[in-house]
Amino acid sequence: MTGDAVIKVEDLHTGFGDHLVHDGLNLEVRKGEVLGVVGGSGTGKSVLLHCIIGLKKPWSGCIEVLGQRVLDLEPPERSALEARWGVLFQDGALFSSLTVAQNIQVPLKEHLNLNQRLMDEIAMIKIGLVGLPPEAGRLYPAELSGGMRKRAGLARALALDPEILFLDEPTSGLDPIGAARFDALIGRLRKTLDFTVFMVTHDLDSLNAICDRIAVLADKRVVVIGDMQQMLNERHPWVLEYFHGPRARSAGLLKPGR
Amino acid sequence: MAEESTSTTTAHQTQRNPAWVKFNNGGMIELGGCWTISEAERLDKELMVIHDGASTKFIFNLSGLERLDTAGAWLIHRTRKSLESGGAEVILEGMKPEYGILLDEVAANDQSPPPLPHANQLLEWVAHTGEMTLDALARARDFLGFFGLVILTLSRSVSHPARLRIVPMIHHMEKVGLNALPIVGLISFLIGVVIAYQGASQMKQFGAEVFVVNLIAVSILREIGILLAAIVIAGRSASAFTAQIGAMKVNEEIDAMRTLGLDPIEVLVLPRLLALVLAMPLLAFFADMIGLLGGGLMTWIVLDIRPDQFIERLSDAVSLWSFWIGIIKAPFFAVIIALVGCYEGFQVGGSAESVGHMTSRSVVESIFLVIVADAIFSIFFQLAGV
Repeated sequence: MTGDAVIKVEDLHTGFGDHLVHDGLNLEVRKGEVLGVVGGSGTGKSVLLHCIIGLKKPWSGCIEVLGQRVLDLEPPERSALEARWGVLFQDGALFSSLTVAQNIQVPLKEHLNLNQRLMDEIAMIKIGLVGLPPEAGRLYPAELSGGMRKRAGLARALALDPEILFLDEPTSGLDPIGAARFDALIGRLRKTLDFTVFMVTHDLDSLNAICDRIAVLADKRVVVIGDMQQMLNERHPWVLEYFHGPRARSAGLLKPGR
Repeated sequence: MAEESTSTTTAHQTQRNPAWVKFNNGGMIELGGCWTISEAERLDKELMVIHDGASTKFIFNLSGLERLDTAGAWLIHRTRKSLESGGAEVILEGMKPEYGILLDEVAANDQSPPPLPHANQLLEWVAHTGEMTLDALARARDFLGFFGLVILTLSRSVSHPARLRIVPMIHHMEKVGLNALPIVGLISFLIGVVIAYQGASQMKQFGAEVFVVNLIAVSILREIGILLAAIVIAGRSASAFTAQIGAMKVNEEIDAMRTLGLDPIEVLVLPRLLALVLAMPLLAFFADMIGLLGGGLMTWIVLDIRPDQFIERLSDAVSLWSFWIGIIKAPFFAVIIALVGCYEGFQVGGSAESVGHMTSRSVVESIFLVIVADAIFSIFFQLAGV
């Protein structure tokens, strides 16, 4: 395996009550790649994301992000590490009492000491980067459409120019055109801002469009990880059904007649 | 071994060189180090030094840059733009290609926020007041409409008693009535104690201690028992009704009901309304008795009026009407609380935030309306001479 691992998950066990979600899960995310995590409902994709960013404590195992063990960090070190990643939650998770521009400034205020003018300017740049019109900065989350909320959430995740971007189902709830635009946006931003992406998704189109590698969660662990060609050659029953089903066909993954 | 390699990368990453900027003669400006957002505040101040008058040609040498992020790129872009607008020529050199992409991206998104529309404060205040007034009137009309709809549905249900939902009604009676007994009892008891104690200390000055019993009996039976019960229920149950119905609204359960041919008023409002109308007089009676108990206990302790004397005095002091006046009000208050609670639940809009907003509104409105109704009742009973 080449390339530095920015996220390393080793022998992870998590669960709720007496229900085991991950049983000895291992995963490595390389620097600069876009990793798509797929799996059936309830296989623990979001739980894995929550473990890595520290919202859920696993039962046992080791998680390293950017060379630091997230589970053993003291609060100040944690906060410093959190400034180096950005998270986009499913529906944006914008603070509803703040405008979009203020939402973007929350991490700036929390981690840095910048003057208000500079923060306003940086917020405007981020708003432009994610493809929102300048007027959107003054709007409240309730006044935005679903697609705009995701973009605003992405702008907030990008506020500190993170090294890793976590995306939780970024295209769910968007129409196909909006989803394709969002995929293109992530691809373009990655070229400019040079970050690593960890993306939980169901969307075969975005897996095909922007992911360098795909990790499949099934049977409580990562059963296979690799590029799209490897997925198509894999014989695991779930992978077979997922990447060879009718939806995969319509996403253009398979050549007709195959 | 993996341990070691990760610790060295961490050390490497923390050893970043701080950003620097050097101004040389003839408009030569050298930039270096990591131009990232954590250095932006300092760089912002240092770049202020550059004036467009200093030279007609500026050369930015970026060859020393180790890292550049959006904030750093913005600072470079902003400085260049302000120099160019002053008529100077600006050249960037020694730049890595990836910085070029970032600078172009930032330049493409250089957008100043659109100016706020100019507002006349006084005009805005007047407009706001007008809006609020119209809004309040519209809601009052809406509430009246809801009231009518409930009455209509109720009369339809009464003519087909099979349509009345008895089991949910019993369930709500338990929730709003039985489960409220401890808190209603405790509050009534304490208020009874307080009235007896305060009354005693005042009445003593006139040597009229025995009239404390009259004070307790009249105030608790006529007003305080039912009012306390109503306020507690408004806080407990109006909020619960709003939150329950509101959550169903957010979840589109109300729409689902309609498409399945169920009438939300019949299914959700009537059981709650009837349960509260039946439970409220019982709660009021309970509050009366516990309030008298608290008052009686306190008069015994402070004034040494024994329980048998207290009861004897009680029957002299108040007629049965005083008791009935309190109980008669109970179903009216119940209707107010249930209707406001359910109405505000149906007013919840799409978001979870609006459930919270409507819940607090329903509590405030139901308590307000209960007290208004109580004032009207007391005028009415005064005129009726009871």
